[in-house]
Amino acid sequence: MDNLYRDFILEHYRNPHNTGVLDPHDLQFADSNPTCGDEMSMTLRLDGSGERVADVAFTGRGCAISQASASILTDELRGMSLDEIKAVDPRDIVENLGVPIGPARLKCALLVYKVLQGAVIGAAARWPDEAEVLGGANAGGSAP
Amino acid sequence: MAVERAPKPGTTAAAIDGAARRADFPAFDRPHRSGRPLTFLDSAASSLKPRVVIDALVDAYAHHYANVHRGIYELSEDATARFEAARATVGRFIGASSDREIVFVRNATEAINLIAYSWGRANVAPGDLVLTTEMEHHANLVPWQQLAAATGASIEYVRITDDGRLDLDDLRERLSRGPKLLAFTQVSNAIGTINPVAEIAAMAHAAGAVTVLDAAQSVPHMPVDVGALGVDFAAFSGHKMLGPSGIGALWGRRDLLDAMPPFMTGGSMITRVTLDGAEWNESPWKFEAGTPAIAEASGLAAAIGYLEAIGMDEVRAHERRLFEAAWADLAGMAGVRLLGPSSAEEHAGVMSFVIEGIHPHDVATILDQEAVAVRAGHHCAQPVMLRFDLPATTRASFSIFNELGDVSRLADAIRVAQGIFGTA
Repeated sequence: MDNLYRDFILEHYRNPHNTGVLDPHDLQFADSNPTCGDEMSMTLRLDGSGERVADVAFTGRGCAISQASASILTDELRGMSLDEIKAVDPRDIVENLGVPIGPARLKCALLVYKVLQGAVIGAAARWPDEAEVLGGANAGGSAP
Repeated sequence: MAVERAPKPGTTAAAIDGAARRADFPAFDRPHRSGRPLTFLDSAASSLKPRVVIDALVDAYAHHYANVHRGIYELSEDATARFEAARATVGRFIGASSDREIVFVRNATEAINLIAYSWGRANVAPGDLVLTTEMEHHANLVPWQQLAAATGASIEYVRITDDGRLDLDDLRERLSRGPKLLAFTQVSNAIGTINPVAEIAAMAHAAGAVTVLDAAQSVPHMPVDVGALGVDFAAFSGHKMLGPSGIGALWGRRDLLDAMPPFMTGGSMITRVTLDGAEWNESPWKFEAGTPAIAEASGLAAAIGYLEAIGMDEVRAHERRLFEAAWADLAGMAGVRLLGPSSAEEHAGVMSFVIEGIHPHDVATILDQEAVAVRAGHHCAQPVMLRFDLPATTRASFSIFNELGDVSRLADAIRVAQGIFGTA
């Protein structure tokens, strides 16, 4: 039940996908997790239409949860439109991790979300409401 | 599990039986989800509360509560007498020469802000130098940055050596330029270093600087006598010394406090108010605008009573013994890097470490699964992390209810983390 560190989380942590810096890039954002100071930076390249993600890369030092979350989410971004990215539900990010994320580790899981939204909408990006995300994740997760 | 008949080495000399002390702390009655007994190693963040403190709070609210310094009736006189008696207890505990040198505040952060706003804005001018250190908690750093920005003063930071001490040569050099103020910590909350306060204060005074001591991590864990240390101000929080949250103290030399303008203004800090202006009350009441934390003052006095019954020398000796055991255990483990001075003489019961290949947050989460509560992060001391090129550390900190078994459980839990991450 308590196992946050399933093999696939550790696998993403040891060998994260989509790391690095795209040069040139169309969108870029960096932010940090206020609870631990961990930083993450992301670059995105758009396709010819300027509307869809052609490529993405991230860098950052962080915990297994933040690195795995970034690795998993960035895998899904290619081909997505900017509007689709703006509509990403943070609850889905937590659910995709497939492990029980409590309030203490929520920002670790969602740092990639904050950075991604920053890249698309700029400094107006905000951390999602934690109670809402946890409520949603719990509702969709295992029943007590 | 084997039954141990012989006393464990190192425990026989212990003046404090940490395991027995646990019974005084109701927090340990709460079951941990793992089903194991809780190993609490986060007292540097905030301490657990012994029953006597909780009882004192409840008793104050139940039987001795009215507003203080106002009511012309028995209950208010009773509440006022207890509030002022608590002030006297705090003053005696840290060696103040008068109760009137103790200002009740919310916490050490507020105490330092009080000095920065009240003393700072009255005494620091454009071009002046304000000195603090790289070792500080943000609470003893950001208020001085703000003071410098507001007054046009410059601010500098005394460096930390590689082994986690304040660099006294660097201090001497910076003092030679005549700073107005030196703000520094007695014990680093991030890496546990105990600074030579009396020596530093003497150096600062020789250079003409006023000294502000962050005593938040020292007053709860060792004997502190502000007179003997020779500083001008000291700040500490009740919640880190087994007392309630919402109350702390600023100690200041009487002449300095008397000369300072108020910090916050409003009720009870005045003697006379007209529509043209107001006259200030005497210190310390001049600095206590509004209704204070009344019951919490009694709770803090009860916490001091509990600590004094043990004796602060004993508290320090106990935590030092735990530190020595923990340092020896962890220093012997592969992939573990310890921060701060290795000598127990210079290191409080605050152990900061990093485990190779495992982020401190992951360490703390796995330790929590093993019912070991530690802190992970930058400990509100990001410049210290930067100094050692670390994003964060894991920190274990000791209190009187800890025992050597807690140290072994910490080491065991670290091995579990290394096992999960495949790093050992």
